[in-house]
Amino acid sequence: MAKYIELTASNFDETTKEGVVLVDFWAPWCGPCRMIAPVIEELADDYDGKAKICKVNTDEEQDIAVKFGIRSIPTVLLFKDGEMVDQMVGAASKQAFEDKLNSLLA
Amino acid sequence: MLDCAIIGGGPAGLTAGLYTTRGGLEKVVMYEKGMPGGQITLSSEVENYPGVAGEITGMDLMAPWPNQCEKFGLVHDMAEIVRVSKKDDGVFVIHKDDGTIKEALSVIVATGSSPRRAGFAGEDKYIGKGVSNCATCDGFFYKNKEVVVIGGGNTALEESLYLAKICTKVYLVHRRDKFRAAPNTVKRVENTDNIELVLNSTPKEVYGDAMGVLGIKITDINAQERDIKAPGVFVFVGNNVNNSVLKQEDGTWLCDVNEHGEVVVNISMHTSVKGLYAVGDIRLAAPKQVVCAAGDGAVAALEAISYVDHKLYG
Repeated sequence: MAKYIELTASNFDETTKEGVVLVDFWAPWCGPCRMIAPVIEELADDYDGKAKICKVNTDEEQDIAVKFGIRSIPTVLLFKDGEMVDQMVGAASKQAFEDKLNSLLA
Repeated sequence: MLDCAIIGGGPAGLTAGLYTTRGGLEKVVMYEKGMPGGQITLSSEVENYPGVAGEITGMDLMAPWPNQCEKFGLVHDMAEIVRVSKKDDGVFVIHKDDGTIKEALSVIVATGSSPRRAGFAGEDKYIGKGVSNCATCDGFFYKNKEVVVIGGGNTALEESLYLAKICTKVYLVHRRDKFRAAPNTVKRVENTDNIELVLNSTPKEVYGDAMGVLGIKITDINAQERDIKAPGVFVFVGNNVNNSVLKQEDGTWLCDVNEHGEVVVNISMHTSVKGLYAVGDIRLAAPKQVVCAAGDGAVAALEAISYVDHKLYG
């Protein structure tokens, strides 16, 4: 089973610069983040080779959260070729994430 | 064909799942779009769940519940349900957000409620950019900063106490001069030095820039305006019931709901439609407590078991 990519300050730009990338900003103490965690894991498997599914632990990577103005978690940002093109705040269904990813991959 | 479909995975839905499966129903699916747990997982402290002494976060309280249910055979489907309908032969149809359907002999609706908007200008625009409904999730982003809390009930006061531990100052804005919260909680708030009570006041407008909220303008009963320059605004002004799954394509409701959109049930959680039960925050007169939601789930599960037994074996 493919795993999501854990993003840090050292690999963020390199990972997001190409292709379709979903980044889930989360933290261990956040209930709704925990709620979407299994969805993110499934997406990592389903989109293996098509899109990169990533997570940022905002507790450990505060600079990345600040850079993107993250003030609520979970927030999911979608990138295409390095450019942030969409964002979703709060827990959403797997279908909702799939719809966003599919439209960027089309 | 499912014996029972449970819509929602909070305390009510999970308990319904536990009781239906342990009570003998074999094909039970609980639909919850992600990890179960429900709205209580937003709470920073729960002190009133029987048998769980001391303070515990809502997330920790709910952590073991799904495993307990799965042990008895409850299946969790991570799908969002768009609608529940009923065919002429009495079978229910569960419409999933991927466009597929599933049929069920009985349905327990446990979709709960969602935080209500306070209705001030800029609230929707800045959700996720300074306006929040979850102190445990987002309080962290306001460490050593000032924040505003809107509301006067238990949740508003409990979350103000939580935020007061992280933030330099909490402005608690309430439209009346008295709080609806438990007297003990009110006393704790009044005794907290860095909580300023801003009473008889309503929020008018939150303002900010591209990076998010910069402050909020409030008005008191004498029409005096005040500008509080705080980057975080937490809104706890009650909840709306999540009843959209019961809305039919023609705009009617699958079962009776009252003027607040709450599902009308009897003491056994029966709705006006046979085989359809409503539990937890979505039902009328719900006390909106974890223990009550769990109790509702158990009651409905026992009713669903006898309904399904009767359907299958006469």
